[in-house]
Amino acid sequence: MAFISSGYDPKQPMKDRITDIGPKDYKEFLPPVIKKNYGKWLYHEILEPGVLMHKAESGDEVYTVRVGSPRLMGVQTIREICEIADKHCGGHVRWTTRNNVEFMVDSKDKVAPLKEDLLSRKHTGGSFKFPIGGTGAGMTNIIHTQGWVHCHTAASDASGTVKAVMDDLFDEFTQMRLPAQLRVSMACCVNMCGAVHCSDIGFVGYHRKPPIIDHKILDQICEVPLAVAACPTAAIRPTKVDLPDGTKVNSVAIKNERCMFCGNCYTMCPALPLSDGQGGDGLIIMVGGKVSNRISNPKFSKVVVDFVPNEPPRWPTLVKKVRQIVEAYSKGAHKYERLGEWAERIGWERFFEVCDLEFTWHLIDDFRDPAYETWRQTTNFKF
Amino acid sequence: MAKHKTPLLDELEKGPWPSFVSDIKREAESRAKNEKGVEYQIPVDVCDDLLGVLELSYTDGETHWKHGGIVGVFGYGGGVIGRYCDQPEMFPGVAHFHTVRVNQPSGLYYSTEFLNKLCDLWEFRGSGMTNMHGSTGDIVWLGTTTPQLEEIFYELTHNLDTDLGGSGSNLRTPACCLGMSRCEYSCIDAQDLCNDLTHEFQDFLHRPAFPYKFKFKMDGCPNGCVASIARSDLSFIGLWKDNIRINQEAVRAYIGGEIPPNGGAHAGRDWGKFNIQKEIIDLCPTKCMWMEGDTLKINDKECNHCMHCINAMPRALRIGEDTGCALLLGAKAPILDGAQMGTLVVPFIKCESPYTEIKDLIEKLFEFWMEEGKNRERVGETMKRIGLYKILQVLEVEVDARVVQEPRTNPYIFWKEEEVTGGWDRKIEDYRSRHKM
Repeated sequence: MAFISSGYDPKQPMKDRITDIGPKDYKEFLPPVIKKNYGKWLYHEILEPGVLMHKAESGDEVYTVRVGSPRLMGVQTIREICEIADKHCGGHVRWTTRNNVEFMVDSKDKVAPLKEDLLSRKHTGGSFKFPIGGTGAGMTNIIHTQGWVHCHTAASDASGTVKAVMDDLFDEFTQMRLPAQLRVSMACCVNMCGAVHCSDIGFVGYHRKPPIIDHKILDQICEVPLAVAACPTAAIRPTKVDLPDGTKVNSVAIKNERCMFCGNCYTMCPALPLSDGQGGDGLIIMVGGKVSNRISNPKFSKVVVDFVPNEPPRWPTLVKKVRQIVEAYSKGAHKYERLGEWAERIGWERFFEVCDLEFTWHLIDDFRDPAYETWRQTTNFKF
Repeated sequence: MAKHKTPLLDELEKGPWPSFVSDIKREAESRAKNEKGVEYQIPVDVCDDLLGVLELSYTDGETHWKHGGIVGVFGYGGGVIGRYCDQPEMFPGVAHFHTVRVNQPSGLYYSTEFLNKLCDLWEFRGSGMTNMHGSTGDIVWLGTTTPQLEEIFYELTHNLDTDLGGSGSNLRTPACCLGMSRCEYSCIDAQDLCNDLTHEFQDFLHRPAFPYKFKFKMDGCPNGCVASIARSDLSFIGLWKDNIRINQEAVRAYIGGEIPPNGGAHAGRDWGKFNIQKEIIDLCPTKCMWMEGDTLKINDKECNHCMHCINAMPRALRIGEDTGCALLLGAKAPILDGAQMGTLVVPFIKCESPYTEIKDLIEKLFEFWMEEGKNRERVGETMKRIGLYKILQVLEVEVDARVVQEPRTNPYIFWKEEEVTGGWDRKIEDYRSRHKM
């Protein structure tokens, strides 16, 4: 493979350089019916799971077919999306903020052939390429992070856990039979890229062993004061260590019992790795968060399962616990009630009972002042 | 014939949900065949080695990616994240596997012509694997080598009229919902605001000048489809101030069962006949709605624009016409001192191009935060440290009861001297003339 230059000259980096131009203008990409009725939409209807109709003041209608995607996709799949959009949608397509793909057509008769085409396409392994759904009172695509595919702080895999859970709850994606929309998110470590901390259900990769200290290289590759300052619980202090070969080096010492396994030290210093495939790492499950202001205020998710092990490739314990929660919610919640609203109405003590989850001491908050707000200061509880 | 055996990953090709493993394999096979005769600029077997290293992680339960090194393009302090594999001998194709963030168009609409050009570039100079899209909103390209970075940037800017996104302590790539383009709820032109601010603050987006990352996100209404209230340092949420527009005929059609409630969102289960009292009026959080005969009444002054009634009866109710947005400051995920939701700092501001008033507020905020923020402190943490009132002073906005959920429960008020009659300069002699020791 011979190097082919784009025209860039490394000897003259500023020659013909174009910078700070920002993104392409979104207006160039709007389908004609969208451009024409921009800001003039009257109402919408979900005609069936995954198919939306938006009506404009002009009388125009746009029909949208929404399909799921694994988010992690190669250019071959994107080209296939383009081929479908060229064939049915006049060369336009969009993505949603939850990694679904939306194909839009300007009349109802174009919907059936588009749907048929989308559902006919499968990967050689048998999975759908473009499953239709993700609308209304159902489950849409799981927002997730990179995991073991691409991240250095991941405590679990993102794509694999999401695939396992989505396979199990596939019917909730293709149907609309839940009390309200169910927003599920995954983050592969507690940094929580994405809005896992405000989702109906979130599962989060999680370490449980303090960092291993690589004394030999720590002072060469890290700033000791930055590593010390990175710790939110002041568990890390500077120290000098005698290496087996007799040399004395600057390093750090860690009070293990103070570690809350956040990994912030590892972010600042690669000589403090936390990940552990021998029983340490796994996932926690959080529930009851939301970002919408509808009826009740936005809420944070709460930790309801303190640990499930990493069980690649299909994470059966995680899948089972998520299903338990979804089934109990589906059975118990009122129409329009989000998972967190339902849990608050019945009380968290009842939530653990109906979901068949164990409440352990790990679930009592003891982190900083806001912990107090989560303890109960009333006799209004249930037996 | 696959380069590495991947029995664990192969299990994830089964089941109905689109398989990312099948997708990576598809890319690997396409590169191996190379039917179009592409002169790949990074190893042909990059996707095979990606599967190989991922299978290793599935076997040992640990990630095999190292911390990013400092890589990037000349003059920019973000947009590329260095990524290296910790088993480069086993998987040379992904030994250097950097991420490129490409600034997405607002609202995530594309023409296939543009998408195909992006695909051609990324297949030629990278792994071909992408995220559509990353959590922040960028088009994310996974896996290329250092010498390709300038080439990719040159082609992006010269041929595709597109720039890199943000990373590190930069302004991160702003993101929005689809706004007015296809949503009747949008109170602001979220796409235009997003696009405008992205261009206005290019310098901050590419050159780290902040204590830490800073995110803008724009939601067209309080439904919050882009989750701005949970994950952006400055959240814009569209609102109306006047009255919900009512179509009484459509209200009656909902009551009569001629139109399915909530846009048909609950069609998959028999929830019984629609009951406007139970499903709308009783669920209204401010109880500002009632029926008079077959006419729906709303006391709009008491409405807190939660969106429930509009979501549930979109053909009967529409957002008002005096629209703008609220600004909420300081949302973030839990790292380190716990999660923060955005705090209301401006209850309502007009939101029309060229957004001068909004930009003035942002400049005041940036200037203050660059001065006062500590290293790796999000603006929400700065706000917690110094207090909400100081932030209102920085922004020079009026104090308004709307910015608190409730007033303080302690009386420890930091009165200012000029607020107190007579000031603080007192003489002990005067006091002693009234009170003997």
